[in-house]
Amino acid sequence: MSATPSHETVPASTTPPAPSFASGVWLVAQREMVTRLRSKSFTISAAILVLGVLAAVLLGGIFGGSTESTKVAVVGSAAQVVGSTEGLESVDVATRAEGEELLRSGDVSAIVLPSSGTPPVTVVGLDSPPQGVLAALSIQPDIELLDPASQPTGLIYIVALGFGIVFMMSALTFGTMIAQSVVEEKQTRIVEILLSTVSARVLLAGKVVGNSLLALGQIAAIAIAAVLGMMVTGQKVLLGTVGPAVAWFVVFFVIGFVLLAAIYAAAASLVSRSEDIGSVTSPVMILIMVPYFLVIFFNDNPTVMAIMSYVPFSAPVGMPVRIFLGTAEWWEPILSLAVLVASTAVVIVLGARVYSNSLLRTGARVKVSDALRG
Amino acid sequence: MLEIQNVEKRYGERTVLRDVSFTVPRSRMTGFVGGNGAGKTTTMRIILGVLAADGGTVLLDGDPLTADDRRRFGYMPEERGLYPKMKVAEQLVYLARLHGLTPTAARRNADALLDRLGLGERSNDLVESLSLGNQQRAQIAAALVHDPEVLVLDEPFSGLDPLAVDVVVGVLRDHAASGAPVLFSSHQLDIVERLCDELVIIADGEVRVAGGTDALRREHGGGRYELLVAGDVGWLRAVDGVSVLDFDGGYALFEADDATAQAVLRRATADGGVVSFGPQNPSLAQIFREAIGK
Repeated sequence: MSATPSHETVPASTTPPAPSFASGVWLVAQREMVTRLRSKSFTISAAILVLGVLAAVLLGGIFGGSTESTKVAVVGSAAQVVGSTEGLESVDVATRAEGEELLRSGDVSAIVLPSSGTPPVTVVGLDSPPQGVLAALSIQPDIELLDPASQPTGLIYIVALGFGIVFMMSALTFGTMIAQSVVEEKQTRIVEILLSTVSARVLLAGKVVGNSLLALGQIAAIAIAAVLGMMVTGQKVLLGTVGPAVAWFVVFFVIGFVLLAAIYAAAASLVSRSEDIGSVTSPVMILIMVPYFLVIFFNDNPTVMAIMSYVPFSAPVGMPVRIFLGTAEWWEPILSLAVLVASTAVVIVLGARVYSNSLLRTGARVKVSDALRG
Repeated sequence: MLEIQNVEKRYGERTVLRDVSFTVPRSRMTGFVGGNGAGKTTTMRIILGVLAADGGTVLLDGDPLTADDRRRFGYMPEERGLYPKMKVAEQLVYLARLHGLTPTAARRNADALLDRLGLGERSNDLVESLSLGNQQRAQIAAALVHDPEVLVLDEPFSGLDPLAVDVVVGVLRDHAASGAPVLFSSHQLDIVERLCDELVIIADGEVRVAGGTDALRREHGGGRYELLVAGDVGWLRAVDGVSVLDFDGGYALFEADDATAQAVLRRATADGGVVSFGPQNPSLAQIFREAIGK
């Protein structure tokens, strides 16, 4: 077929078959992804986020004392145990008191005392269990704390904060992008051409799929950067405990993001100008930011965390934190995931309705109730 | 043939289309004319299925339109729109592929069309970097890139310079010649006059006039004749059954029935020196004004 069909009398016989729902969605998704990846602001901010996480993990490793040569004060026969351990550098001291002096001044990370029990040493830390030393000794010796910290270790805080920040940043970034892409099509009116070709559902699904894939890609890159960082800095203990939580986080994030993406698209379809995006997406932003603040302030509150880990909007942050803390039963992430999937399905149906009923209404903001009624 | 039958559309209490029926025959250019808010855009949106009608049907060759049929329509909405930050050719290929074309066919069509519309050089430029006239051409290319079987174009000529109008007219005529029904709306009555074979006039959501332009002219000409003679036609005023509308020495425009007109012609011939005589065809503008009752 050529673009000048003067020689064709019955074009119907040469028309191509209809693209299926899936191929239509994929075409739209592809365009979304290509457009984003070509935008410098997107690639730069994505790179910054990944590098930021990598830097945080690396710095945490270096300043966290988990480097290869952790200095420990060794008393008496404990030297036999420590001396044969890789990654620990012994500083021989005569008495425990001498060791405590070094420990308090920060010259050593821990004191290793001989002990009559099994294993035959006691590790003395300052304010928290010296993770690196424990990892290196690879058996669980008795632990004594001179000044026990009133809170659980700061690591929990950092991990919780990490999940919270990564979820919030990614959801906000990609949610805003979906909103912009929806309004761009309304504002430039190309949506009418698109709707004369494909259904609103194909359009919506394509946007959600395209942006979710990008978001997943970014989250995966962040996860890989974090894991690589831990391996490079030798934080094997951390990797062992955080690893499963990170894996669950990625799974929860994908579903949770699809949920938010559908809400963002539906909300954005209510307005016709990019200046108005803020007014309709700010309620969604609150839904995204609340889990972030909750996880910062309540990561040591089991009740709040348990509720968070089941509420669809906060589950992507709440459940991985509980998995990291080891407070979640094996079936809990699965149940929470089921709740999340079910609520996502409902939101997609409602969102698609709002979206297709609002797309051609330009001008004033469309009321949600009108858009739902059609 | 595209048939619009008894289409109704209401927005709440307001009825915007009332029993709208007309046909768009194959191989013909059908002009769709009406004032602002008359219902042109709404009708076109309903034909394309972008908007649902509250009543009535749209048929293609006798069968109700399906989504599949509509995919073979080329549509140019009144509200222009392309992705501003996408390259011209890339955008056309994307639209063609959404219509179901293979990547190769989409590419080929896009290139051929851009060349024909004089945009070949700009195919790798961003849409937002084009002049308004060129954006308009790109918009037309977007409506045609998938080799549509039916064309529905809302104001395709607005914003085009005369040269571009000629190019677009050529493209549309080719499509009509290939057997496609072509429906286009326009405010520019002179272009419609020059272009269309069929005319539909809509006002206040109702079709006032629909049919072939030749027949309409005859119908609305309603016994107006022009006579030009070498001498003076002052005697015309005295003839029974003739009302002179315009008079200037040897020229007269008058209204009369057929028989009287023939009698006038015989008299003029007898006097000698008839330069021309014939019915006066009303311009589209006249028909339009009459149809909307102003």
